[in-house]
Amino acid sequence: MPAVTETIDAVHSVTNSTYKYGFETDIDMDFAPKGLNEDIVRFISAKKGEPEWLLEWRLKAFALWKTMAEPRWAAVKFPPIDYQDAYYYAAPKKKDGPKSLDEVDPELLRTYEKLGIPLKEQAILAGVEGAGESPAEGRMPVAVDAVFDSVSVATTFKGRLEKEGIIFCSISEAVRNHPELVRQYLGTVVPQGDNFYAALNSAVFTDGSFVYIPKGVRCPMELSTYFRINAKSTGQFERTLIIADAGAHVSYLEGCTAPMRDENQLHAAVVELVALDDATIKYSTVQNWYPGDENGKGGIYNFVTKRGACRGARSKISWTQVETGSSITWKYPSCILQGDDSVGEFYSVAITNNWQQADTGTKMFHIGKNTRSTIISKGISAGQGQNTYRGLVKISPKASGARNFTQCDSLLIGDKCGAHTVPYIENRCMTAKVEHEATTSRIAEDQLFYCRQRGLSEEDAVGLIVNGFCREVLKELPMEFAVEAQKLLQISLEGSVG
Amino acid sequence: MLKIEGLTAEVEGKEILKGIDLEVPTGEIHAIMGPNGSGKSTLSYVLSGREGYEITGGSATFNGQDLLAMEPEERAAAGLFLAFQYPVELPGVGNANFLRTALNAIRRGKGEPELDAMQFLKLARERMKALSMPEDMLKRGVNVGFSGGEKKRNEVLQMALLNPSLAILDETDSGLDIDALKIVAEGVNAMRGPNFSSLVITHYQRLLDYIVPDRVHVLMNGRIVQSGGPELAKQLEAGGYNSVQAA
Repeated sequence: MPAVTETIDAVHSVTNSTYKYGFETDIDMDFAPKGLNEDIVRFISAKKGEPEWLLEWRLKAFALWKTMAEPRWAAVKFPPIDYQDAYYYAAPKKKDGPKSLDEVDPELLRTYEKLGIPLKEQAILAGVEGAGESPAEGRMPVAVDAVFDSVSVATTFKGRLEKEGIIFCSISEAVRNHPELVRQYLGTVVPQGDNFYAALNSAVFTDGSFVYIPKGVRCPMELSTYFRINAKSTGQFERTLIIADAGAHVSYLEGCTAPMRDENQLHAAVVELVALDDATIKYSTVQNWYPGDENGKGGIYNFVTKRGACRGARSKISWTQVETGSSITWKYPSCILQGDDSVGEFYSVAITNNWQQADTGTKMFHIGKNTRSTIISKGISAGQGQNTYRGLVKISPKASGARNFTQCDSLLIGDKCGAHTVPYIENRCMTAKVEHEATTSRIAEDQLFYCRQRGLSEEDAVGLIVNGFCREVLKELPMEFAVEAQKLLQISLEGSVG
Repeated sequence: MLKIEGLTAEVEGKEILKGIDLEVPTGEIHAIMGPNGSGKSTLSYVLSGREGYEITGGSATFNGQDLLAMEPEERAAAGLFLAFQYPVELPGVGNANFLRTALNAIRRGKGEPELDAMQFLKLARERMKALSMPEDMLKRGVNVGFSGGEKKRNEVLQMALLNPSLAILDETDSGLDIDALKIVAEGVNAMRGPNFSSLVITHYQRLLDYIVPDRVHVLMNGRIVQSGGPELAKQLEAGGYNSVQAA
């Protein structure tokens, strides 16, 4: 329809201009030499002062990685990555480890400020040790473990969390201070040899977050990590481990933005969650890595392994993700439902605009009795974007009474993008019940016109319609994230109307 | 005042409007009647700026502004409102959110302060009461799962909130039972005044029993073939459109 083409062109002329978070901080980096070999793995481990067992663990991962090949089954295309042409260790220059934000490089803090990270809130900033106890009125407290490039530089709210016996720190700190916990759980949900990128991460991970919520404790605030890639050609290999002991509850937020880049950057994170009896972990992500320019140049490769184990009875793990960034997303946050009556949830919004590609979804493994899972996936494709939902629901013979509900909706904007749905269902249990629903639709011309006739600009109309489309997922996000996510959806689709 | 002169328009290469001349002075309500395919809906879409309609000649101005040169949202801000024949569903978009977003967009356009959620709710509840609309319609998705009558009432609610100076009602009476018809008519009549004008497009005379127009125009085959007072509508009802053609 010519009218639609016209609209698309109009949108193109308006959009595509600005990635609002593109800037680079100038901080002296302490690089390891380029390339990847056993010496680099040893260098990283030594640099972080790790115990022997962890070095061995890394070396085993590296040995496994060397025998593996990149997975090529995802519906994404990219040129071969030269893993020897990248730095595997880059960190801000060390000044004996910051004990408070005063010791943090002010350049970093300014960077956060530009990003609008809550860290800039002075009450909370000052509250590294104590002031964070009285957050600004009317706001839910948020504890932040900020990961800048590869090393955590600031952690707030520590005092209040410690009172509850909660451990929330960088994983390097956890290795030093709580080695028994790290050793007990690290790699038990995502083993070193799980997949190519997980093996790479296991060998060279530099930092990430560690959370332990003790028995029966309900974490009094949202825990949050902001990621940011900052050094040229530095792949970032975050490793996050969250353990909720019996009866514990925790909600964890992860959000990221990255500076403008010309060359592709690899990001291969691993997140492991463990929920014991009656424990609940809610993990929310707003992913806004640099997506590349309107010609598909640059952008982050986001190859992430996220998995949670519901080990205990009646435990629950809930993933919510809003994926708007990265040039390529390869990500399947999954749940292993081992405990009887355990619950897994996956709520996802994935946007691909311009030349972005996303192959994302989830895996739900039903092992325990009466395990339940819910999958709600909303894919939005615009420009030349390609968006694939890929999911697996696997029900073992012992998982009697297991239930799954899956809903995959795709929204197309324009006529050059693609939406694909690849659901796998493997059911080996007679009493299990599996439901799958899927729809594909477009933003209709009559919807846009209806909104514009009521006075809304075309961009606002698209934002409104897209947010309506994603409502079931957005309402799962914690309040402070939901607002950010709604804005992000609109920014991501600027100029893509059709 | 709405002034249309020699307006011609095509849809996909086919000429639908073949030279419309029409003036609706401020403060008046005019009815446009005509058989199916005469160009009634095309006229309302052309005036409101929908894509897919090519203007091939003529002009349309509203209070001196060139309507045809404006974006749809600019026409809305200038006070033009179209009540849709088939109101569109917006899944997941809350009706209250939509109404407030629209209202504030229009208010911004007029340079008036925006309403916050509380001010908006107060105003919306008042207007809904007048239209016998249940309050839960604010919470539901825009027109999603609404009955035909509810959708039309929702259009009239939007009109009441946005307070346009020119309302085009595109067969708003179609699919309405007599009670809903009265409610819609009351909604329009309540807006009647020296600063409000309306173009009521309808197939049947029935609606005009409740919204008594100042003038009636008969649109046939892309042209206005006859104009007159309210009695013209009654004549059409009795003799059918053929009686006009014969005249």
